[in-house]
Amino acid sequence: MSPILEIQGLFKNYGSTEILKDINVSINKGEFLVLVGPSGCGKSTLLNCIAGLEPISGGSIRIGGQDMTHVSPKDRNIAMVFQSYALYPTMSVAKNITFGMQVRGVDKATQASKLAEVARQLQIEPLLNRRPGQLSGGQRQRVAMGRALVRDPALFLFDEPLSNLDAKLRVEMRTEIKRLHQDLGASMVYVTHDQIEAMTLATKIVVMKGGVIQQIGTPHEIYTRPANTFVADFMGSPAMNLIPARATPATEGSFIEIGCDTGQPIRLHDPRMAGLSGDILLGLRPEDIVEAGQRHGPLVQNGSVMVEVVEPAGADTFVVARLGGKEVTSRLSADTGAKPGKALEFGFDLSKASYFSPQDGARMS
Amino acid sequence: MTDVIYRPTQSSRRARIALRWGLYLMLSVFAFWYLLPLFVMLTTSLKNLEEIRAGSLLALPREITLEPWRTAWSGACTGIRCDGLQPFFWNSVMLAVPAVMISTLIGAMNGYVIAQWRFRGANLIFSLMLFGCFIPFQVVLLPMARMLGIMNIAGTIPGLIFVHVIYGIGFTTLFFRNYYVTIPAELTKAAKIDGAGFFRIFWSIFLPLSLPIIVVTVIWQFTQIWNDFLFGVSFSQAGTQPITVALNNIVNSTTGVKEYNVDMAAAIIAALPTLLVYVVAGKYFIRGLTAGSVKG
Repeated sequence: MSPILEIQGLFKNYGSTEILKDINVSINKGEFLVLVGPSGCGKSTLLNCIAGLEPISGGSIRIGGQDMTHVSPKDRNIAMVFQSYALYPTMSVAKNITFGMQVRGVDKATQASKLAEVARQLQIEPLLNRRPGQLSGGQRQRVAMGRALVRDPALFLFDEPLSNLDAKLRVEMRTEIKRLHQDLGASMVYVTHDQIEAMTLATKIVVMKGGVIQQIGTPHEIYTRPANTFVADFMGSPAMNLIPARATPATEGSFIEIGCDTGQPIRLHDPRMAGLSGDILLGLRPEDIVEAGQRHGPLVQNGSVMVEVVEPAGADTFVVARLGGKEVTSRLSADTGAKPGKALEFGFDLSKASYFSPQDGARMS
Repeated sequence: MTDVIYRPTQSSRRARIALRWGLYLMLSVFAFWYLLPLFVMLTTSLKNLEEIRAGSLLALPREITLEPWRTAWSGACTGIRCDGLQPFFWNSVMLAVPAVMISTLIGAMNGYVIAQWRFRGANLIFSLMLFGCFIPFQVVLLPMARMLGIMNIAGTIPGLIFVHVIYGIGFTTLFFRNYYVTIPAELTKAAKIDGAGFFRIFWSIFLPLSLPIIVVTVIWQFTQIWNDFLFGVSFSQAGTQPITVALNNIVNSTTGVKEYNVDMAAAIIAALPTLLVYVVAGKYFIRGLTAGSVKG
């Protein structure tokens, strides 16, 4: 089966400024693709290009197996939900949802039955005669989704749909979108700058920076095996620790030595990584630095470090120490005995470690 | 201690009240000053000639007469015709209504294109249109006369409509453009994805949103066109003169006795439609003018 969306060698320039460089992405039916990156990385522009709202400077876009590179937005068989909801202010909720069908000349009876179905699905029946101005943020969001759902498109596009909502509502709507995706089996492309949204919703994540794709992968791949230090730093909260270290080859694998301002350097041994030498960055997620004895295995190795800050956060306690001249955060259990100013024996789980080159930030394995 | 705290608050309250009354007094003086001429016009138009000659300018009429109004409307002489303002009033209506409607519609369309369909050179074209607002009337008189001659509509009401539409487009475009730039571009995008085209988006989404700015534009254009004298006197002939030109003729072409009461009545008649537009739509005018500045 051909992919539902296939982007090949896409370029986008404004004048001489390159906004998007050589974008290649494809998703299959039923996939939930999330484009994530800091603001200005080109993710929204890419979405607009997929929708046909922005002309592209090179490459091709295929939707549902057909070449849509130069097709107008209305004929691409897509629906889009916008950050500002973009509801038509002078029309009632019902009119907002049926406007597209009205424009396309769908008969009245079909319009009414589809409207009723979508209204039931999103539980917005009592709102149908209201104007957008009389709705709350969450309700507007539902109506905007209704307008997209009623179209029954090949591809749904979401442009930061939750970023105008307050934190609590955002989590609720996130779950709702996920449920919709599961129930409909629809294909979706979703833009966000929120890496948690990306992790929770996606079946496939595209991390972008400066108009270039940094990594494409499942949330698990992106999280556990980031392609470079940018992805490692951007995805996950708190971010992955990138600890400057020195590597020397050993008979089996490599030794890794981390400088420590307040005590003995920490010496670790990773038998999997042969031939590492010179300066490297050791990438470890906060949850992969534990209290000694909490996790077992041949690759969990201990070292003692002075604790600088202890931040209880309910379920976990974040403990900040200084390693290799950088602040390193570890996620410990809430009942940890760590105290600021006291040394603590940490366990470093090298089975979860990533190694990056300090020069270009690229992953070394 | 309490005394010390209490005293200043009381005196500051007294100061506030004094300030408030001072403000009202000031406003009343200005309102009185501003309304005085209207008062003189109104009372004079209701007096007969003898009373005008005998009495003081500011006195109320002893005997109210509507005769000057009747004369102004249907009997006063403009040059050799003595039909009053009536035919010219209708000339002005037939001129102003289509000119206002056409220039508003074109301005709305222009503003919509410039604000929402950003194309290469949109800013340049908008600047040129703005520049058009600042060209003095006198500059375009001769070229316009030539143009009307070529188009064979010189001296006709359609000719005058044409002149006013052309001259008004700069302003109407400015109004609508500034109103439409505040509308998020996502609205147009959503409509495009819904399948609506250029005109459909304009009619179904933008025009219904535009009531406040339409009111502003209509008031502005109607006032400009109704009150215009220069274009009216330059590009009309005997049967097609607008009311402002006729008013001038009535006031200037009296023979023998100067009928102040008729002149005043005629002037008020000429000003009534613009006054009416303000009264009916004035509330929207203020609202529309400030609409762009504060997001709703």
